[in-house]
Amino acid sequence: MIHSLFLINCSGDIFLEKHWKSVVSQSVCDYFFEAQEKAADVENVPPVISTPHHYLISIYRDKLFFVSVIQTEVPPLFVIEFLHRVADTFQDYFGECSEAAIKDNVVIVYELLEEMLDNGFPLATESNILKELIKPPTILRSVVNSITGSSNVGDTLPTGQLSNIPWRRAGVKYTNNEAYFDVVEEIDAIIDKSGSTVFAEIQGVIDACIKLSGMPDLSLSFMNPRLLDDVSFHPCVRFKRWESERVLSFIPPDGNFRLISYRVSSQNLVAIPVYVKHSISFKENSSCGRFDITIGPKQNMGKTVEGITVTVHMPKVVLNMNLTPTQGSYTFDPVTKVMTWDVGKITPQKLPSLKGLVNLQSGAPRPEENPSLNIQFKIQQLAISGLKVNRLDMYGEKYKPFKGVKYITKAGKFQVRT
Amino acid sequence: MQRLLQLPGARGGDQGAASPMLAPEGSAPAWYQALRPEEELQAPPVDTAPEGPPEGHPTEPEPGLRQPLRHDDLKEMLDTNKDSLKLEAMKRIVAMIARGKNASDLFPAVVKNVACKNIEVKKLVYVYLVRYAEEQQDLALLSISTFQRGLKDPNQLIRASALRVLSSIRVPIIVPIMMLAIKEAASDMSPYVRKTAAHAIPKLYSLDSDQKDQLIEVIEKLLADKTTLVAGSVVMAFEEVCPERIDLIHKNYRKLCNLLIDVEEWGQVVIISMLTRYARTQFLSPTQNESLLEENPEKAFYGSEEEEPKAPAPGEAVPALPARKPYVMDPDHRLLLRNTKPLLQSRSAAVVMAVAQLYFHLAPKAEVGVIAKALVRLLRSHSEVQYVVLQNVATMSIKRRGMFEPYLKSFYIRSTDPTQIKILKLEVLTNLANETNIPTVLREFQTYIRSMDKDFVAATIQAIGRCATNIGRVRDTCLNGLVQLLSNRDELVVAESVVVIKKLLQMQPAQHGEIIKHLAKLTDNIQVPMARASILWLIGEYCEHVPKIAPDVLRKMARSFTAEEDIVKLQVINLAAKLYLTNSKQTKLLTQYVLSLAKYDQNYDIRDRARFTRQLIVPSEQGGALSRHAKKVFLAPKPAPVLESSFKDRDHFQLGSLSHLLNAKATGYQELPDWPEEAPDPSVRNVEVPEWTKCSSREKRKEKEKPFYSDSDGESAPGESGTTESADSEPESESQSDSKSSSESSSGDSSSQSDEDEEQEDRGRSSESERSEEAEKRKVEKRKKEPAGQGGSSSEGGSGSSGGSESQASSESDDEPAGPASWRKMPPPSAPKTKEVSLLDLEDFTPPSVQPAPPPTAVSSSLAADLEGLTLTDSPLLPSLLSPASAAGRQELLHRVAGEGLAVDYSFSRQPFPGDPRMVSVHVHFSNSSETPIKGLHIGTPKLPAGISIQEFPEIESLAPGETTTAVMGVNFCDSTQAANFQLCTQTRQFYVSIQPPVGELMAPVFMSENEFKKEQSKLTGMNEITEKLVLPDACRSDHVVAHRVTTAANLGRVPCGASDEYRFAGRTLTSGSLVLLALDAQPGGAAQLVVNSEKMVIATLLAKDVVQALAQ
Repeated sequence: MIHSLFLINCSGDIFLEKHWKSVVSQSVCDYFFEAQEKAADVENVPPVISTPHHYLISIYRDKLFFVSVIQTEVPPLFVIEFLHRVADTFQDYFGECSEAAIKDNVVIVYELLEEMLDNGFPLATESNILKELIKPPTILRSVVNSITGSSNVGDTLPTGQLSNIPWRRAGVKYTNNEAYFDVVEEIDAIIDKSGSTVFAEIQGVIDACIKLSGMPDLSLSFMNPRLLDDVSFHPCVRFKRWESERVLSFIPPDGNFRLISYRVSSQNLVAIPVYVKHSISFKENSSCGRFDITIGPKQNMGKTVEGITVTVHMPKVVLNMNLTPTQGSYTFDPVTKVMTWDVGKITPQKLPSLKGLVNLQSGAPRPEENPSLNIQFKIQQLAISGLKVNRLDMYGEKYKPFKGVKYITKAGKFQVRT
Repeated sequence: MQRLLQLPGARGGDQGAASPMLAPEGSAPAWYQALRPEEELQAPPVDTAPEGPPEGHPTEPEPGLRQPLRHDDLKEMLDTNKDSLKLEAMKRIVAMIARGKNASDLFPAVVKNVACKNIEVKKLVYVYLVRYAEEQQDLALLSISTFQRGLKDPNQLIRASALRVLSSIRVPIIVPIMMLAIKEAASDMSPYVRKTAAHAIPKLYSLDSDQKDQLIEVIEKLLADKTTLVAGSVVMAFEEVCPERIDLIHKNYRKLCNLLIDVEEWGQVVIISMLTRYARTQFLSPTQNESLLEENPEKAFYGSEEEEPKAPAPGEAVPALPARKPYVMDPDHRLLLRNTKPLLQSRSAAVVMAVAQLYFHLAPKAEVGVIAKALVRLLRSHSEVQYVVLQNVATMSIKRRGMFEPYLKSFYIRSTDPTQIKILKLEVLTNLANETNIPTVLREFQTYIRSMDKDFVAATIQAIGRCATNIGRVRDTCLNGLVQLLSNRDELVVAESVVVIKKLLQMQPAQHGEIIKHLAKLTDNIQVPMARASILWLIGEYCEHVPKIAPDVLRKMARSFTAEEDIVKLQVINLAAKLYLTNSKQTKLLTQYVLSLAKYDQNYDIRDRARFTRQLIVPSEQGGALSRHAKKVFLAPKPAPVLESSFKDRDHFQLGSLSHLLNAKATGYQELPDWPEEAPDPSVRNVEVPEWTKCSSREKRKEKEKPFYSDSDGESAPGESGTTESADSEPESESQSDSKSSSESSSGDSSSQSDEDEEQEDRGRSSESERSEEAEKRKVEKRKKEPAGQGGSSSEGGSGSSGGSESQASSESDDEPAGPASWRKMPPPSAPKTKEVSLLDLEDFTPPSVQPAPPPTAVSSSLAADLEGLTLTDSPLLPSLLSPASAAGRQELLHRVAGEGLAVDYSFSRQPFPGDPRMVSVHVHFSNSSETPIKGLHIGTPKLPAGISIQEFPEIESLAPGETTTAVMGVNFCDSTQAANFQLCTQTRQFYVSIQPPVGELMAPVFMSENEFKKEQSKLTGMNEITEKLVLPDACRSDHVVAHRVTTAANLGRVPCGASDEYRFAGRTLTSGSLVLLALDAQPGGAAQLVVNSEKMVIATLLAKDVVQALAQ
């Protein structure tokens, strides 16, 4: 299975290597660098590279490449999924998955990698088990450790690994017992030139933060579970109950986790909360063009649309942009040619707009395509699909927990073609 | 390569070479920086590795001086009693390892701390040890005792971690210790320790593959484990160590299916992909007889979700039906599909993909659709996941387009997608395009064409081309669209369009003169060589459609010839040549001009082409012959190119696998087997069946392609020994009987039986052995006189290759334990062919008579022998239609040792079984070699594969010591070569026995004329025809030898034939009565072609193989 792992930063330094079987030379990464050079763009590095003796499977996360070395047949998704799990674990432990964080905690990283794989086959990947084995660093603990000389390695043995519910550790205790659920929905949409929807669907997740003592058994029910078209579950959810009663029944892991993710299919009409009026034109044989966009609210169910950002990848011939926003502020990066307009809230009385001139490289032919607009927004207290949590019941423990549900709608991959 | 990397010398080299890249950023933490100088000193001075660091590396200040000092520092810290200092030292060492620095010289200092009390120090020491033990094997041994102690610890977690580290140390010397530890851990109380043991198995295997057999035993044991914790890990071990031992899975199949949902994600992936392979070998294809599925009343039952997933009782196992009966899914197959379906909702993309590929490869067409939704969901995941999933979707969408059609819009492309994702999505969209959705798809494509990403635009244009070829209705629309693109400002777009237009025009050039004209105009502007070349080729190819323009284009090109790219020049020459042939009046001079220019070109390809073309088209004195055909050469109609997806046929790789992604076989890839044509015995998965069933069916499976000659694999259960031995002797016995029959053109239909009976009689009467010895001597003498070439190969087993009948009985004698003893058993030559032999052999002076089949009841051995004796004649009266003896001869059913004195043989008599014509009649010969009489011989509860039935012989009340007897039983093998397993019971004992028929015994001869034969044969063509080529050995070139060998191998009747080198045989299978036609055409050189026609393809295949083998001897 997974033979070795190399962590590589954007400038091509291999700053960490770990081998689970015999050692593979760093020089194997040269094939990766070669592919990276050919791809020009980090996103276009093929995830699977075949070399004469090995296969390299890599992911790109947070400006880092995780390159794993494989020697024999293995499902590529298996490795990709695992590498992402590693990155998630780093994120979980250090708050960020960056080169600096990994270098600062190189020993913990090494201990984690040691526990996660045995001979290249995943051993303990549940964050609860790992946290029992290796305590995450906190400022307080590192101070204490440096004084007392105690360690980050848990001295208790990881009992979670042995139980039937490996995601939860035993003996959890809280003074305030709380359970929070965030229903987050994202709208993926492609809007065409004329403003009609080419494609739209809703992708939702329910993230939970559960701080409950003991072994609570929760069941969460919805007002309208039929809305959920396609659901994937955290392993703790009992599939049979869902199939028969459409109730989410589970013994939760301790802390933050993603309970389910779901999709509301495009068959149901998806309400698009904003509209964009745009007019972008580049004049033939002149070194400037016009740029004019206006954003307005639409079908927002009485809630304010906020946190609006518009990102535009301008064509390469654009040199600079001179724009005036009626609201918010804009930036244009002449290197990457990305224009970002931070709009903020929409007030229906005065619609925000951005107008101005675009300077083109003189002599170059005018771009034939107008750039598409990527839009981000947020609507609080609303699940755009109309999904509503009905109730949360707890069994198995005596105390009364505090329960809370929050709804939020965001733009996912929301693109307006112009 | 791997070996190389493990050499200690190479280590330093790698690390040294990498060091320039590793200079830390300014932002590195304080202690990290403190570490830096010493790290850079790590390059050992004695580095001889080829890729060693460049001499005089700038960051390498005087290695020899300071290095020992710094390491002394670390060593000192490790030697103190303070845990905090040790920890600090270990942390620094681990940091060095993490950056790929060499820390191996600290080994002795580190390994001392392996028994340290501080758990973190201990863990870090383990990390170090596992990393460097391979390089410092001797020192590593010092640590072993610590782990051995750990293995005995009462705490399961300590036991597990000790085993884990012990097995990770790659030191070959400790292999025996590891083996022992693994075996012990495999039977540990704690499932966690057992899991660790499962993990250790592949480690040990990679260290020493000689341990395979022992490891397989451990795997077998762990496979039987019932905990979810172990399941995933042991299947992983199975896949790495012995993926071919699919038989180990039978007993655990249902358990694995039921545990699956509770296994952790990683295990699920491995188990699912293993079960996919398993199911492909064990179940029938659900897609066969698709149309019959609906009518099948049982389908509802098996399809219902409520059905108990429990194992069915062995009796009601779904019958392995011959292909024409309606397909019924094996309940175990259904169980797998049902239990994996919920996993489509797993959060892990790998699990979802694994289930998707399982459904794609195993589910009936109607059910595959469920995976589409889950796969589309994965498209929202990380781009790497998208990449892999889209590759698989692309492959699936070619075969099952309908499945993804509802999700068409999910594959629409966003401008922010990475190019590699865009191109894959485009591929899927193209595959999904059909008559109804093509307008939408084309509208999307229209948007894509204006993208800024030029690679993507080029791919889109090609996609449009593919849509145009696949969907005739939009071909003109697409073509028009592409022509419009020709006025695009981007040259790459234009060039790509030209190339695609060229391909499209090739399909229907006649209507598109206009477009060609338009293209011709483009030559003035377009500069991309590929596009220019394409245009020129088009004009040349279709110059008759543009007769006015073509010469003009050539004129222009001739002027700019010297400035063109090479591929354009080649096309100019082509164009000139073609025009010269069609319109030489206008272009003769131009052509000559172009050819002259080309003659002095710098590129030798062009010079060659020019020379070649000139010779071809310009008539000259010598080259006249060629130039007459020049028009044919240049203007031959060319087939239109087929625009195909690059993902076509990729599904012969298991989807979701690395090999599929790379479209090349990766190391260690296990081929996805094809569905079996007949279901193997489903009862093997019943957990309660007795041992023998499992074993015999396992053999059968292993030797799938030659089910007759299954070798016993050495671990057969005691009860099975009889079957195995007889199977072993089969090939030989067959060869013997072939040689026996090779010289006779007409032997009695019962001769085989009579031979055997006689032989049996012979065994009974030991007094006759002397006589047979004499006969042997004679035989030996005679053999000297025989032509050496004849039947030379048939002399194995010590019998004579007399080209005649003498060696016949040696086939039986092979069953005997000792070689020399077989001579004693050798009966006298009993089917003499030549007068000479008859004279020599007194026993054969029985009056010739045509003997009817002996009564199918048990007769006393002596009587049987007498009767048999009568038949052994060289009577020429027997019609050649009747086949000679069965090739299989007499085979052992129960050895006398296993049977406690009861020896049982069987043979195929080739007589119709009275009562049921569908049954093969089997003569069973009992002989009692024990001291006591054996009473109440009968057949007990048969355990039969589906469809096979047995007509028992009447109970034999008593068999006295030394006595032999024969009984006849009928077996309906249902036209399959599956073994009929049954119990042979005496009053006191039960024996498990099995009879496996050679395919040749499953049919009966029919008589037909040559015309009828030809008529029937013409009806059975295509799939029903098996053709084999072979070379007839010298020994069997004569008519009767061939005929005899064929009829010995199979119970077929000869069809009289006009030509001398043609042989025709016909028969019908017993159960279904399907015709089996066999035709052999011999050529003078000995080469021959064998054609077998039958509706029963399996039978035909097996038969062809057998006959070829029989003839080749």
